[in-house]
Amino acid sequence: MSALLAYGFLQRAFASGVLIAVACAVLGVFLVLRKDAMIGHGLSHIAFAGVALGLFLNVLPLGAALAVALGAAIAVMKLKDRAGLHGDTAIGIFSSLGMAVGILLASLARSFNVELMAYLFGDILAIEPLEVGLTVALAAAVLAAVRLNYGKLLYMTFDRESARAAGVKVGRLDTLLMVLTAVTIVLGMKVVGILLVAALIVIPAAAGLQVAKSFRGAVAASAAVAVFSVTAGLALSLALNVPASAAIVVLCFAAFAGSFLWKKGRGLRPPSE
Amino acid sequence: MDLIVLRGVSFRYDGTPVLVDIDLTIREGDFLAIIGPNGSGKTTMVKVILGLLPPSAGEVRLFGRTPAEFTDWGKIGYVPQKATHVDPFFPASVEEVVGMALMAGPRPGSPSGRDARARVREVLEHVGMGGSARTPIGRLSGGQQQRVFIARALVTSPRVLFLDEPTTGVDADNQASFYEILDRLNRDEGLTIVLITHDIGIVNKHVTSVACLNQRLSYHGSHAEFCRSDVFRDMVTRGDHLIAHEH
Repeated sequence: MSALLAYGFLQRAFASGVLIAVACAVLGVFLVLRKDAMIGHGLSHIAFAGVALGLFLNVLPLGAALAVALGAAIAVMKLKDRAGLHGDTAIGIFSSLGMAVGILLASLARSFNVELMAYLFGDILAIEPLEVGLTVALAAAVLAAVRLNYGKLLYMTFDRESARAAGVKVGRLDTLLMVLTAVTIVLGMKVVGILLVAALIVIPAAAGLQVAKSFRGAVAASAAVAVFSVTAGLALSLALNVPASAAIVVLCFAAFAGSFLWKKGRGLRPPSE
Repeated sequence: MDLIVLRGVSFRYDGTPVLVDIDLTIREGDFLAIIGPNGSGKTTMVKVILGLLPPSAGEVRLFGRTPAEFTDWGKIGYVPQKATHVDPFFPASVEEVVGMALMAGPRPGSPSGRDARARVREVLEHVGMGGSARTPIGRLSGGQQQRVFIARALVTSPRVLFLDEPTTGVDADNQASFYEILDRLNRDEGLTIVLITHDIGIVNKHVTSVACLNQRLSYHGSHAEFCRSDVFRDMVTRGDHLIAHEH
């Protein structure tokens, strides 16, 4: 394994995979507790249109997906506010449109189906140096934004009304969270693919929430599960010659199942009055 | 000193009047009860005061400023109506819940790091929850959670504390000790307290002034005068507010 790690493509895969895993896990805890877990699923479908557009126009697919996902994230917020729709309805509208546009572009171009498959199912081992640079910079920016706004995000997630009364600008933070999620989804689709990226947001967070006694603990446990799943999943992929994305998601689920059983074994339940 | 002033404040929701032409002044050191039946606009009035809802007409002044101009929100503590309806699986420790108020925004003189942790421990001791700092909030009883939310409202050293139906879902023993804490804060530390309630028994025992609301303010004055007023007599005759409310 140590000899394999001397290869540049593996170093790139592990470095960017770990950073993306941490960004997904940290954001995932906020999203799951806000009952916004499906936003990741919706934005990944929207990003599919961006990837197809990038391939169609022959520009960096990751960049095109980022632009489309950011635009859609803001459009979802506006549609929620102005049309009075629930969040999942707005997400449902845009995610369906994203998939439809992606399929249309793929059918029109015909020539890039293999590349599109790499984005649908993930191909972290084929990540390019330019994509690594973009990934590291964006994942670091996501984590820095969460760190800077950690207290306000926590307050808003726990008790939105009290946070507003304390002067927290919850509308701005909602938009920030959507933008950060869009960026993280686009980064994550290189690791596990468009079809599975929501798993990297939801499952480590769900596992962390099973075992944590504090919010900080939940974030740390979620990040640990995500990093373990990505690194072990990559190792399994190399050892068994199976797709890395599937191995990563299966390991995420194994960690969740383990944490669930651990909690059940300890009989942790909230008290009744 | 006048901390909060409402002049001619009205609020309409989808065209329906909820508050009509409210004039109210909250002075430093008051322990004010805002009472009224369900749907009388009590919670709405507090939300208008806190800038959570914009008034349809009239003016609100917080420490001399409008809610839009006001930035020193640490001067106002707030415990909302459903504070104790906590998601039992939310993984926040008691000290994290209290510390949230310190992290809501950079404020002049606001403690951070080790000082913030010390301040959190200090207010938790103050409300008798010092031994539960690391306990997940979802594992506490309703009464214990209510003390934690009081601590969160106090951690920024506010000048005025708003509590909206604070003892809903809290048993009688815990209610008594809860009001003892409020009495101490008001009497010994001079904290101004605004309590929304429909439990007239509480009003009789603890507060110094009363405001009766049913879209309009029908009475605002001292507790002693309130007990002699026609408003009070009518309420007792009707039995409107004598039964503890269960949500």
